Amino acid sequence: MSLNTDMPVRVADVTQVTDLVKRFRFERLDGHPMPFFSGGAHVVVSMNDNGLLRRNPYSLMSNPDDNSAYEISVLRVPNSRGGSIFMHKQVKPGDQLIVSQPVNLFAPDHRGRKHILFAGGIGITPFIAMMEQFSRDNIAFELHYAIRSRAHGAYWQQLLDRYGPRRIKIYVDEEKTTIPVAEIADNQPLGTHLYVCGPAGMIDGVLMTALKAGWPKENLHSERFLAPPAGLPFQVFLEKSNIHMTVGEHQSILEAAEAHGCDAPYLCRGGACGQCETAVSSCDGTLEHNDIYLSDEEKASGKKIMICVSRFKGQQLVLQL
Amino acid sequence: MLVQGIKSRPEYKGLSIDPHAKRHLFVLEGEGAAALANQVELKGRDFLAQSEILYLAAGAAPKAYDITLTALSPDIFWQAPTLQPLLFRLRACLEQARMGTRLYIAGTEGFIGQVMQLALEFGIDFNSIHTEHRGSTARRVQCVHCKGITDNVTTSPFACTHCGLPLLVRDHYSRRLGAFQGVNIDAEEPGTAPPPEEMFP
Repeated sequence: MSLNTDMPVRVADVTQVTDLVKRFRFERLDGHPMPFFSGGAHVVVSMNDNGLLRRNPYSLMSNPDDNSAYEISVLRVPNSRGGSIFMHKQVKPGDQLIVSQPVNLFAPDHRGRKHILFAGGIGITPFIAMMEQFSRDNIAFELHYAIRSRAHGAYWQQLLDRYGPRRIKIYVDEEKTTIPVAEIADNQPLGTHLYVCGPAGMIDGVLMTALKAGWPKENLHSERFLAPPAGLPFQVFLEKSNIHMTVGEHQSILEAAEAHGCDAPYLCRGGACGQCETAVSSCDGTLEHNDIYLSDEEKASGKKIMICVSRFKGQQLVLQL
Repeated sequence: MLVQGIKSRPEYKGLSIDPHAKRHLFVLEGEGAAALANQVELKGRDFLAQSEILYLAAGAAPKAYDITLTALSPDIFWQAPTLQPLLFRLRACLEQARMGTRLYIAGTEGFIGQVMQLALEFGIDFNSIHTEHRGSTARRVQCVHCKGITDNVTTSPFACTHCGLPLLVRDHYSRRLGAFQGVNIDAEEPGTAPPPEEMFP
């Protein structure tokens, strides 16, 4: 039901970028070109982990002009749900995977006259494609990229070489240099747009600082992929599909539904896009909304739930799915 | 006669001082001066020290709002004789402005539209511009046939001042042009246009 857009791909190349980051290059099995995408877009990669279906969103970081293949970079996250570990440990050149069509929920605002990008760690990936596009279109941009150490930071040297130190600024935790967000936000010409991608604390900090510096919210953009949080198992009844199911501790409602053969719509799988919005028929308990899509009023109404990240505590939840 | 219920019809939500903005730029026409005066009554005078006012008296000249505005003692008060020098000065202001500057426009629709048109060139999102409609409801209308723009249209239909066709005024609005769209009302049977009706006093 997710627009039936999946593309079977072959892993053409796997590159160890740093000790925790690997880059994967995907080519289509049928030899056709990949669809063009725009900077900031992501794909959902489906993995078959010993019969368990894992689907994770990853930002496309290859050149948007290059339709011969897609590239993503994956940070290995220990103690996570296992998608990144699978990509790191299992996926080898020649393997087959499924990727979705590109979806862009973090596109640059082309009305802007200047674009400032703030990246933290692996949050650099959407900006790599975005900068290719800005550079091609002769659009003013600058990147402020915070990394833990020069050894662990991915791509900072390549970006410096490619765009020069005037546009690329690197800040290193280990060297006690931090992004002077307030100074940067304070002195930008009208029509500047700001983009931030990184850890949640960094995103909140940058957005708050910019708002305090008087920026209108329309010029602030962020992308956070929320991994579905773990929690106690609970029961859900899918009304239309007539499925009774248990959502496991490390599973989302969406994943449980997929495991039961219910093809629910989704795009980002991170609580941001709104595609998986599902109507609640009845709810004997409390909805735990973990998304950033629904408004506070919608969350309070208890009539809708984003099944990719949100959970439930109580006796029985009935969804119109 | 009017075609209503069209989504592009602008909404003017009223001025409301943004407490986070570092600088406030007010572009006011005629009765629009009262919109700022109301904000001072509601929010106090603190923001005036960071405010610049560009004012065009237009039809409200006899009401001497310029004296009211000067008495607010903003950081900068500047009065324009006509619209063109006002837009020229506004352009210079916007070129210098930083992201902490908020733009507030109040006056007639035609005025708001033309100021907005310039602001959009600077990459400002229209949602972050505060607007308040004050004064006449006369419209600025583009003839979709000859592309000529007529200001201060108060009736529908009206005769295009450029090509003479009788035009029906629609709520269909172009932000890019800062004008409503006027469409020939008797294209099928020329000469059968209904008499003009006073709609936008």
